[in-house]
Amino acid sequence: MNTPDTLAITQRLNRRHFLAKTATSLGATALHSLMQDGATAQSPAQPRALQFTPRAKRIIYLFQSGAPSQFETFDYKPKLEQLTGEDLPDSIRQGQRLTTMTSGQSSFPIAHSIFKFAQHGNSGAWVSELLPYTAGVADDLCFIKSLKTDAINHDPAITFCQTGFQLAGRPSLGAWVAYGLGSLNRDLPSFIVMLSRGTGRAAGQPLYDRLWGSGFLPGKYQGVKLRSGADPVLYLANPAGCSTALRRDMLDDLRALNQEKYAAVGDPEILTRVSQYEMAFRMQSSVPELTDISDEPKHILDMYGPDVHKPGTYARNCLLARKLAERDVRFIQLYHMGWDQHNALPDHMSKQCKDTDQPSAALVSDLKQRGLLEDTIIVWGGEFGRTVYCQGALTSTDYGRDHHPRCFTIWLAGGGVKPGVTYGATDDFSYNIAESPTEIYDLNATLLHLLGIEHTQLTYRFQGRDFRLTDVHGRVVSDILA
Amino acid sequence: MKRLFLCLTTALWCAEPAFAVDFSRSIRPILSDYCFQCHGPDEKERAADLRLDTEEGIQYAFAGGDFADSEAWRRIQSDDPDEHMPPPEFPKKLSTGQKTLLEQWMKEKTPWAQHWAFEKPVRVEPADVSGVEHPIDRFIIDRLRQEGLRPSPPASRETLIRRLKFDLLGLPPTVDETAAFVADESPEAYEQLIDRLLESPHYGEHMAVEWLDGARYADTNGYQNDFKRSMWPWRDWVITAFNDNMPFDQFVVEQLAGDLLPNPSLEQRIATGFNRNHRTVTEAGSIQQEWLVENVIDRVETTATVFLGLTMGCARCHDHKYDPISQREFYQFFSFFHNVKEQGVYQEQRGNVAPLQPVLPDQDLRRLNDLRDRRAELEAKNKTLTAELPKMAAEWSAADLATTSTDKGIASQFRLNLAGGLNATLRDGAKKQPEKSAGDIGWVDSVFGKAAKFSGLHELSYGQAIGPDSDEPFTFTFWIKPDKMGSIVDKIDLELHSRGFDIYWQRDGRIEVHMIHSWPADALKVSTAEVNAVPKGQWSHLAISYDGSKKAAGCTIRVNGKSVPLKAEADQLKSSIAVHTPLRIGVKSRDRMFFGELSDLRYFDQALADEAVTTIANEGLTRVLSLAPESFSEQLTKDHESLYANFAQSDFSQQLRESRASLRKVRQDLSKLEAAQTVMVMEELSEPRQTYVLKRGEYDKPDKTQPVSAEVPSFLGSLPSAAKKDRLALANWLTADDHPLTARVRVNRLWQMLFGVGLVKTSENFGVQAEAPSHPELLDWLATEFVRLNWDTKALLKLIVTSETYRQSSVVTAEHLAKDAGNRLLARGPRFRLSAESIRDNALAVSGLLTKKIGGPSIKPYQPAKLWDELAGGAGEGPYEQSKGDDLYRRSLYIYRKRTVPHPATSTFDAPSFEICQVARARTNTPLQALALMNDVTYVESARRLAERMLNEGGDTDEDRLQYGFQLVTGREPTAKEIETLQSSRDRKEQLFANNLEAAKQFLGHGESKAAADVPPEQLAAYSAVASVLLNLDETITKE
Repeated sequence: MNTPDTLAITQRLNRRHFLAKTATSLGATALHSLMQDGATAQSPAQPRALQFTPRAKRIIYLFQSGAPSQFETFDYKPKLEQLTGEDLPDSIRQGQRLTTMTSGQSSFPIAHSIFKFAQHGNSGAWVSELLPYTAGVADDLCFIKSLKTDAINHDPAITFCQTGFQLAGRPSLGAWVAYGLGSLNRDLPSFIVMLSRGTGRAAGQPLYDRLWGSGFLPGKYQGVKLRSGADPVLYLANPAGCSTALRRDMLDDLRALNQEKYAAVGDPEILTRVSQYEMAFRMQSSVPELTDISDEPKHILDMYGPDVHKPGTYARNCLLARKLAERDVRFIQLYHMGWDQHNALPDHMSKQCKDTDQPSAALVSDLKQRGLLEDTIIVWGGEFGRTVYCQGALTSTDYGRDHHPRCFTIWLAGGGVKPGVTYGATDDFSYNIAESPTEIYDLNATLLHLLGIEHTQLTYRFQGRDFRLTDVHGRVVSDILA
Repeated sequence: MKRLFLCLTTALWCAEPAFAVDFSRSIRPILSDYCFQCHGPDEKERAADLRLDTEEGIQYAFAGGDFADSEAWRRIQSDDPDEHMPPPEFPKKLSTGQKTLLEQWMKEKTPWAQHWAFEKPVRVEPADVSGVEHPIDRFIIDRLRQEGLRPSPPASRETLIRRLKFDLLGLPPTVDETAAFVADESPEAYEQLIDRLLESPHYGEHMAVEWLDGARYADTNGYQNDFKRSMWPWRDWVITAFNDNMPFDQFVVEQLAGDLLPNPSLEQRIATGFNRNHRTVTEAGSIQQEWLVENVIDRVETTATVFLGLTMGCARCHDHKYDPISQREFYQFFSFFHNVKEQGVYQEQRGNVAPLQPVLPDQDLRRLNDLRDRRAELEAKNKTLTAELPKMAAEWSAADLATTSTDKGIASQFRLNLAGGLNATLRDGAKKQPEKSAGDIGWVDSVFGKAAKFSGLHELSYGQAIGPDSDEPFTFTFWIKPDKMGSIVDKIDLELHSRGFDIYWQRDGRIEVHMIHSWPADALKVSTAEVNAVPKGQWSHLAISYDGSKKAAGCTIRVNGKSVPLKAEADQLKSSIAVHTPLRIGVKSRDRMFFGELSDLRYFDQALADEAVTTIANEGLTRVLSLAPESFSEQLTKDHESLYANFAQSDFSQQLRESRASLRKVRQDLSKLEAAQTVMVMEELSEPRQTYVLKRGEYDKPDKTQPVSAEVPSFLGSLPSAAKKDRLALANWLTADDHPLTARVRVNRLWQMLFGVGLVKTSENFGVQAEAPSHPELLDWLATEFVRLNWDTKALLKLIVTSETYRQSSVVTAEHLAKDAGNRLLARGPRFRLSAESIRDNALAVSGLLTKKIGGPSIKPYQPAKLWDELAGGAGEGPYEQSKGDDLYRRSLYIYRKRTVPHPATSTFDAPSFEICQVARARTNTPLQALALMNDVTYVESARRLAERMLNEGGDTDEDRLQYGFQLVTGREPTAKEIETLQSSRDRKEQLFANNLEAAKQFLGHGESKAAADVPPEQLAAYSAVASVLLNLDETITKE
């Protein structure tokens, strides 16, 4: 046993460490207010987790599912051209694990991007020719070129990005934000999800409900899918033969009978139920109004590109994302599938970029011209990067790339993020990080920070433990804060 | 000694300490919450070498209650930020109340005690409460009195029977059942009702729902493509076990270690599916070892949560922060589950993955026996016919060939006779030598004369002699006697997304044809649906035709002149399949080498019709007939006989073909039946895997200096040294009568099912961080009673539901809300929303739609269109195929559980995704639930059917009918005011629909069942709308 003196010293030494490792006070308050939610359900939930003045009120996350190659988009590696066809040096590979799709390959020939790069804007950002519109807004973007992840396959990697953990069971980023900050809108859910399928790879990687799930948080924080068909939210439309007037009439009956019941048994849960039916009724008009784009002027539609006329496309979803941002929805999550170019990369990548380039850039510009970019964070990125070496046959016009978790590029815009900068760098092979390694935890901590949340303080007690999105990790990347 | 209880989160009953402080219940929770992070079980994080989770450490820090000597007390009191504990940076501060508790505890010098849940339950008989008989009530009322509360009056008989039936069966009572119970004034009426319900086969279904959550049972493998699996025989085992009232200890042993019991029965093996319900990875590129470890960890976490109520997973990467479980002990526990004959990754494998247990449900047994009888019959018949075959074949003549209108085949564009030479004949008669020829083709004597024999190393290349594109029709014909799998005809560029086409013979006798622009997105692949369509070692004539449509439907494969069923494995060809790789016959590259004999290969630039194919085959057969069978070797004689059997038109050969085809069909049906019914089970490796502690929990960082073997955490004892330390020993240890956790955890979950919250609210965690039990003595009394009753679940449930506590009214008063909003003290009966399953089952039951069939494969009720497609785009198992007929209306327990896209009928109402173990569900109240109950076709159809019942069975007046409908959904009679609301509601709606008959008809058109035709549509629609209101009532979806 230590003497009291050394005990005191050791404890002092440990305090800073201690601070970084534990934070539970917010969890207790959050839990407490959660239990009160029933009573306050009539009004939009109040933020329970604001620690300091937020830079942003909402997030639009443009998730590029399948993992876009950094080589053909933003991470320009001119030296590779000479090295194409040569084996990746062992000094670079360092025996890191590979997927079993290429770990059996007898060679790892380097493949350079066959697409040209140029510098754009005052910031001089390198952007590939596949992304001309994105290049046009380069000065509004903040590129992180040194993001890395722990997972090497799609399912665990995308689950990690979106929930902070590789396995199922944790709340998604959007659910944490909805839980922490509550809703700003009485007529719409606070977390909305939209999906689109790329044209670059027909059988793309599937998505899973857990990516926008609430994990161990109450189910009301899970993302609500906004679908492209007749029923944009599941079961939103009245059944054929039931007019709005009839629905209103039925709801009035329902309310009368439920209130009668409340008078008899006194359970406040009944009043909550009544208010949820009223919210459902409001959604029946607010959602179709939201998904209707007939009021959008032509020049706005043109900004997003021709696909905007097709429901369910990435372009349409980007336009809807703007409308959701205008309506103060907290967390707007898009997924665009089809980025998984193991083979036929040049062909497929061109198509994927064409799907997403113009709408992504339009969203930035459109929010900016409406003054919404100031308090909206846009995130563009996938679940990992791709290998510098070729998967399958390498020809002068064709190649493929395997999964690469050790570095990839994403961009952020708006909401307190420094515009026109690049953060972090990779080596000449975009294989290892040369500068400012950034973990998924760090990205998530930074996003929460911009929303006014200290990531160590946003906790929820489950199984006797105070869980958080960033687990015991996470560092706010202060260099990219405006 | 009275004990003081402390509830940290709600601070409901932690007033001034008036009684002696109990260390375990009051002091440890403070230390755990405020100190264990740095002074707890985790050795690596421990500060100042001080631990407050042991008696010794506490003695040291608190100096046995000597305030002057206690360094801990000095620091708790200190104003100096460098000294104060917990440190200023720590996000939580000790409250005055907590400090007072600590002070009083030190004063009283209450001895250290183990965390309450880690000690054996101590049975304390309840205090005497005058006029109260039932032991549970004595515990509850004793406590209520201390808190200044009184129990509520009994619930009405109507409420009680509805509550009881939902609690035991998950279903509503019928109107008659309720009436009979209300009328039955005998004192035994309630007990008789309980007994009757516990005997119902639907009891097992309801009990299974809770168990399946914990066991993370589902119908898909849960990762990425989320392929279908078939674990329902295990689910049915659970239902049966509950219905048979299998003692809970046996229930545990069979699920954890049924396979290790002496001479395990089929059922005992099936039971072990519990530990195979975890997700399994098939994603391409995944690493075996990584996912093998995750499988085992899932078993550890699930087993620990379900049976022990421990969060053992927290010790995967480091020692547990709160509970005395070291990382090493975690891997010792891991070792129990590490010896399964399994893989970590099953490459794109669909269905169940080994180890498997074949099972056959009762309903298929008769069919199986029938098929076996039929097989024996056909085998005998075949034997007789086959005995006659040589004699008949010897007499085969040209007269026995199939007739065609011409005996001359259509001109081919490319023909390779392979009767001794390698030159091909082109359309114009020109000869073409092979451009390349690898290896020397072996020439063998065959029934056709010479034939070419490929032995894997041979490859004939004819350059660009032919090269059909995807929009051009073609036919290939040839005679083949295959030996080993390989590519017969091949013009594919593997370097270019496998572009081109090939014809491939699979080892199992299937022919596959690929036409590819880019695999798999832009490609077509068909194969013969049945195995052995082209059997090994026999001559067959093949004709493969394609009509240029880019569709699988445009492909035909004829075997011996007959078109065979095909399966399309890819059908999305859009682009060109032209490539510059040469046309190759036989392929020598690795994995594609062809072994077998080949004769007369022809290519046509059109899709040939039946007759043309017959003519071509006849040409070959004429050649066969031109040779003298007497001169044939034994092998050739056999080949000759087989051709006769396949082609001759004699009565005999036709009979033989029919008989052989029937036998083949019966055999296929049999093997399908046998293979389809498997369940994933536990099976031990004969050589156990060595387990090591994994550094930081990472699969690729075993600490070779720390090999471990199976053992239980030491704070809970150890396994008997004589026993083999395997899962069976673990299961026996878990179910020992004096185990501190197993019985407590189980009775708490049963309590949770009935009252909505367990006596320990954190039913998933009984560790140090658990919320203290609301009624600790009651918990222990119930746990010991459960063991005393030989783990009899039905008896325990009966014990609880016969209490006055359970039977109280659930009316909430202002006093309740003020003093005990969460109803933890039980001054009133439980009132909470029904489970997802019961909400749907209730609607189906009251509308008369419910099908009560028990067990079998999961079903697919109505689901919004494209729900799977929008996530998976056809990957995985393809589109959702809605069930038909009765299967649409089966209990929700049977709804197909697709983990990556849970069915919204259940997930909207807080059912889990079944990806991981979950032992308590949230109960939320959301607008999406309102939308589902209003608009999901399930509820719209149920409303219409309920309306029909109201009209048909409810009497002659609107009032009677509305009253009947109200009774059906709530189990009670409506008040006058309620009936008035319903009346005017109905009247308004009838008016509305009378003005718009088209709307009425539309409103009645939902669902697969048809609306009654004999009721005026405006009337039925009005009733349906009222019925929909009834199904949406808070009371309808609530257990009162």
